[in-house]
Amino acid sequence: MKNSKHQGGWLILLSFIIALMLTIIPFPDAVKYIKPEWSALVLLYWCMALPERIGVGIGWIVGLLLDVLSAGSLLGQHALAMTVIAYLTLNLHQRIRLFPLWQQSGIVWMLLNLYQLLILWFDGITGQPPKGLQFWFPPITGMILWPWIFLLLRNLRRRHKVQ
Amino acid sequence: MYACQEETSIKLLFTQGPSITFRLVLLVMTSILLMTLDQRQQHLKTLRAGLSLLVAPIEYLADMPTEIGRWFSDSLQSRQQLLEENTRLHSQNLLMQTRSLKNADLEAENRRLRELLGSSFKVTDRVLIAELFQVDLNPYKHLIRINKTARHGVYLDQPLLDAFGVMGQVIEVLPSHSTVRLITDPGHSIPVQVNRNGLRTIATGTGKINQINLPYLPNNADITVGDLLVTSGLGGIYPPGYPVASITKITHEPGEEFSHIEAEPLAHLNRSREVLLVWSGKHINKMKLHRPSVKRLKEGNDEK
Repeated sequence: MKNSKHQGGWLILLSFIIALMLTIIPFPDAVKYIKPEWSALVLLYWCMALPERIGVGIGWIVGLLLDVLSAGSLLGQHALAMTVIAYLTLNLHQRIRLFPLWQQSGIVWMLLNLYQLLILWFDGITGQPPKGLQFWFPPITGMILWPWIFLLLRNLRRRHKVQ
Repeated sequence: MYACQEETSIKLLFTQGPSITFRLVLLVMTSILLMTLDQRQQHLKTLRAGLSLLVAPIEYLADMPTEIGRWFSDSLQSRQQLLEENTRLHSQNLLMQTRSLKNADLEAENRRLRELLGSSFKVTDRVLIAELFQVDLNPYKHLIRINKTARHGVYLDQPLLDAFGVMGQVIEVLPSHSTVRLITDPGHSIPVQVNRNGLRTIATGTGKINQINLPYLPNNADITVGDLLVTSGLGGIYPPGYPVASITKITHEPGEEFSHIEAEPLAHLNRSREVLLVWSGKHINKMKLHRPSVKRLKEGNDEK
């Protein structure tokens, strides 16, 4: 790979590690069902910002780690969902970048819904699909949080000249 | 900013090896292959174990805030509180010891009687204290993580208890931790019997932390609210005689063949911090096999 131009990989790595930590860190029971998919949000950002660097491969690896972290899921379940949303983001990134933030949030919401749908699908195949509408709350939280995550990561990326 | 990035991305996107679509298809196929293998067979144990080592630091970091909180609340207790607790525990200990004196006698008697009957039943089980990892897992599955692993003799399907009743069974033994499925998990069933009359049935998890159901009892079954359910020992996973739940609600549906019976688990499923791993029956020897590590086990017990 052309590593000469790439720099600031540590920031990308750190953001993914923090996202993975946030996924399993204990939150109060009240927000248990509305916790957003942190790793997916971070992946979407990097796919949009650095599509030449972060793509389906990284998404797959992060998803695989997520599979191991979140007990009870099949190996490859999150990996597949992450790969698919990374692919769509890569294809759309030039358009999404030009959208105003609220419109970006809409797209993110749809991508996160797709992510949940894929997870639900494989949960269903293996036996116990989660019941209830709560399953569709995390994408909404993700959509609400997107502008902040986006601005935060963009500031960090610019400050540390990640490219 | 955007403009300059657009340039680089256009330049690089198409000079990289295989196209994104090709990679997508490849990775999706790999994922499906992995999932199939993972569900149908046990070939992926080593891969899972390896990956779990990779994410173990993340788990420890995530567990840390709770750990620090505990440490603070432990070390900031006043002398008065500690003294009070000490007195309370002392009296409790005395009570328990008296009770266990009687227990020893009963156990001996039980063994004598069983010997007379020619049965090879063993009353004693071995236990080891494990501690929970404070991590949030999938909210739709009732799984917990404990800090004991194969090194301590933990095996697949091993039962887990707390001071009040049965909690669940081990479903995954990894190098850094073991995963336990609680009895309230929607995919879990446990063979039980009513303590009062020995009526056997199966209790299944509901996905609610305070409820399990008995779906297979006919309308005329002899069961009432408040009945204690204990493990029946059938199925070979849970040793017999441990308390599981107490019946909270019975509804007879006129048109239905089976009554709808709800029970509340006795174990403090979402409150216990220390839990007990049990070795019983043929598995006792399994723990003996790990004799060299028994010393380490004891140390592990002491430090908790």
